[in-house]
Amino acid sequence: MARIVGGLTTSHIPAIGNAVPREKELAHDPYWEEFFAAYPPAREWLDRVKPDVAILFYNDHGLNFFLNSMPTFAIGAAPEYRNADEGWGIPTVPPFKGDPKLSWHIINSVARENFDLTTCQEMLVDHGFSVPMQLFWPNHSYGNVRTIPVEINTVQHPLPSPARCFALGQAIGRAIESYPENVKVVVLGTGGLSHQLDGERAGFINKKFDLLCMDKIVNEPEVLTRYSIHDLVRDAGAQGAEFILWLAMRGVLSHKVRKIHSSYHVAISNTATGLLVLENAA
Amino acid sequence: MSMHTVHTTEIEEQIPGTYIFDGEAAMKGYALNKMCYSFNNAENRAEFLKDEDAYCRKYGLTDEQRKAICERNVLAMIHAGGCIYYLAKFAGIFGLNVQDVGAQQRGITVDAFKKLIKSQGE
Repeated sequence: MARIVGGLTTSHIPAIGNAVPREKELAHDPYWEEFFAAYPPAREWLDRVKPDVAILFYNDHGLNFFLNSMPTFAIGAAPEYRNADEGWGIPTVPPFKGDPKLSWHIINSVARENFDLTTCQEMLVDHGFSVPMQLFWPNHSYGNVRTIPVEINTVQHPLPSPARCFALGQAIGRAIESYPENVKVVVLGTGGLSHQLDGERAGFINKKFDLLCMDKIVNEPEVLTRYSIHDLVRDAGAQGAEFILWLAMRGVLSHKVRKIHSSYHVAISNTATGLLVLENAA
Repeated sequence: MSMHTVHTTEIEEQIPGTYIFDGEAAMKGYALNKMCYSFNNAENRAEFLKDEDAYCRKYGLTDEQRKAICERNVLAMIHAGGCIYYLAKFAGIFGLNVQDVGAQQRGITVDAFKKLIKSQGE
């Protein structure tokens, strides 16, 4: 049977995508040092648990989806996924392998629990997906990991509520556990933490709220599901609402988890960055 | 009848300097956002740079949107229904990143904006 080994969270800022290839030379750069220093323990954990599949909750920032047809929840069911330059020259990286068989198992399973996902047999993945993959599997070492993108709308309100995203994660968790293949699955929540890109309030960061989220998500995630989207916009900034992606990840994991590693840093670009490594209860 | 829900308006009033990109904004900004979405493609970026007026006409921008694009004024683009995720692709054409865009909206220098960001981590 399939087994969920744990979950990872990370910010996915495009600036990181540009810096990742230069990680070694930036190791002692005052701006990047603290940020990159947080990642080796997460990579060591991945080396230890050796997942076969990575499921990524992320948000498309206007690469694959436009306002002509905007799904709330979309899942990839493709044999591979590619990124693109997104309009400002993000480097294109080797394609990410898919796992259509597991994708369809999830699609069918969660539909029985009243989650009706938009299914994508072709899907470009943007920095929300490609940056975390590059951070956790550096030097494009993700060749042995099959991926499944789960995209959640954070572009156009109404966004799905924190509670709904958490419940989707729980349904996907049950789907994985009912998958008969002997595969190990890691789940990623990407984005956040507090940031705001638009309006006169651009540049807003809320360290106190971020640290509360990073604490509660470990063993009391239900507390965070009581927030509304507008609460998140107020406390985490307009784009800090991406925290729903972390909650979807957390929903997949078991009730109790063990925190292996965490890091919080203000800031890269306009964004407070957060990293978590959570191991599922055996 | 406005489709703007009371709730959205209330939220925007409660959080000054914040704009909720909802259904009403999405309808208002459709042409502008569609043009900016086209900038995912390098050929479209080149076409825009070659003849900005013609490119804006092709996408049917409103006068308000055309003026905001012409003046490179991000706040005006947002007032005209622009969504920051698509506008970022427009800014990218000119090599501007989200910190440049943030500073412009705040009306401060990029250095001051960077200091503001950093200070919130202390």
